[in-house]
Amino acid sequence: MLDAKRYASLPSFYRLCGRLFPWLLPATVVLLAAGLYWGLYLAPTDYKQGEAYRIMFIHVPSAWMSLFVYMVMALAGAVALVWRVKLAELIHIECAPIGASFTALTLLTGMLWGKPMWGAFWVWDARLTSELILLFLYLGVIALYSAIPDRRKAARATSVLAIVGVVNIPVIHYSVLWWNTLHQGPTVTRFDEPAAHISMLAPLLFMAAVFNLYFVTALLARLRSSIAEHCREQQWFRGEAGIRA
Amino acid sequence: MFDAFVSLVRRDLSAAVNIHSNWLMPVAFFTVVVSLFPLGVDADPAVLRRLAPGIIWIAALLAGLLSLERAFKDDFENGSLEQWLITPHGVYPFALARIFAHWCITGLPFMLLAPFYGYLLGMPVHSLPVVVFSLALGTPVLSALGAVGAALTGCLRRGEMLMVLLVLPFYVPLLVFGANAMDLAAAGLPAEAALAISGAILIVTLLLAPLAVGASLRVMLD
Repeated sequence: MLDAKRYASLPSFYRLCGRLFPWLLPATVVLLAAGLYWGLYLAPTDYKQGEAYRIMFIHVPSAWMSLFVYMVMALAGAVALVWRVKLAELIHIECAPIGASFTALTLLTGMLWGKPMWGAFWVWDARLTSELILLFLYLGVIALYSAIPDRRKAARATSVLAIVGVVNIPVIHYSVLWWNTLHQGPTVTRFDEPAAHISMLAPLLFMAAVFNLYFVTALLARLRSSIAEHCREQQWFRGEAGIRA
Repeated sequence: MFDAFVSLVRRDLSAAVNIHSNWLMPVAFFTVVVSLFPLGVDADPAVLRRLAPGIIWIAALLAGLLSLERAFKDDFENGSLEQWLITPHGVYPFALARIFAHWCITGLPFMLLAPFYGYLLGMPVHSLPVVVFSLALGTPVLSALGAVGAALTGCLRRGEMLMVLLVLPFYVPLLVFGANAMDLAAAGLPAEAALAISGAILIVTLLLAPLAVGASLRVMLD
């Protein structure tokens, strides 16, 4: 059983990252390759959208992740604000570039999917616009963080911003139901029965799990280097890294 | 606590009135932005009538940001912000008073001028009450959310552009429903649904935004 208190201290978390990363990285690479093979090759062709629908196996998980990472970022920010846990501050701010990348990937794959399906790379549909605004929210967090010289103060300020931004998340998620425009409705999270067949749903959920694994791996790698940057002058880190005075 | 709120609002408003540009600038900016659209897009009445709700809302959005940048800067620089954070009233009435005072010099005149501009842009007369009502519900939200951005960037040296970048995404739901209400009214359709959602946004924002302002100010003064 992991002792949460112990791992909230930076030195032990740094060592934990170092121990987990060599396992997580190959696992992510292998499972990602397997998921791509499953989704892009093994899954059946869609009767209406043909082969083009296969971009869904990247588009949909990254759209889920773009929201999920924002929630993690805001939650870590709340912990950082209330309990002033330094590790939570680092988790909060290291989530931002990862989430921004997922959001950009969602927009990019969505545009590539939209061209053959709708005939246009970009339409001003409510859901597309909301995703673009989510990207702006991430960029706002990154910009505010880099504008404040004091790192700890910067992380707490962006925490407030991220928590305010959480209000926007339900708007994004339910916008498809409110405005109901060009974007297709949700096919997985319906209460009665998923509209996607199991042969397509299984690889999609597999890819979503792999994307989560990728998130954890990337976050740990970023955290490890950010702890190294924060603690480069400290005794324990110099001992860890084998730096002689 | 109410006395503190009133005296703060009075102080802010008298400061704004004593310096001419402070209360005239947002109104002048609002007017200029509205009048640029016919020049930039098209002076055709049919086009302008279609664009009018969006023009009015975007002009209100941008003009409201104009005077926000200094909302907390002076108090931060002369130290009265710290005094406020340690008073027994807490930071809530302070933030609310700042938001209200800002609304008085931006949202309120916009609200009163908007039906006039709406008419100039060709909106039908029967839709003008909805224009006023939609701005009445929406402009306090602009001030409240803007205050959060101002509090986060107030003590930074070059915070103006950053504040705009932080705040504008949060204005989107408001812009959508506010302009939608005017659109519906101009088309002769009932606008209650969009107005009701604007009202809901207003209530939630007025409850939570002062808390966020307080949290931001505490972080920045730490």
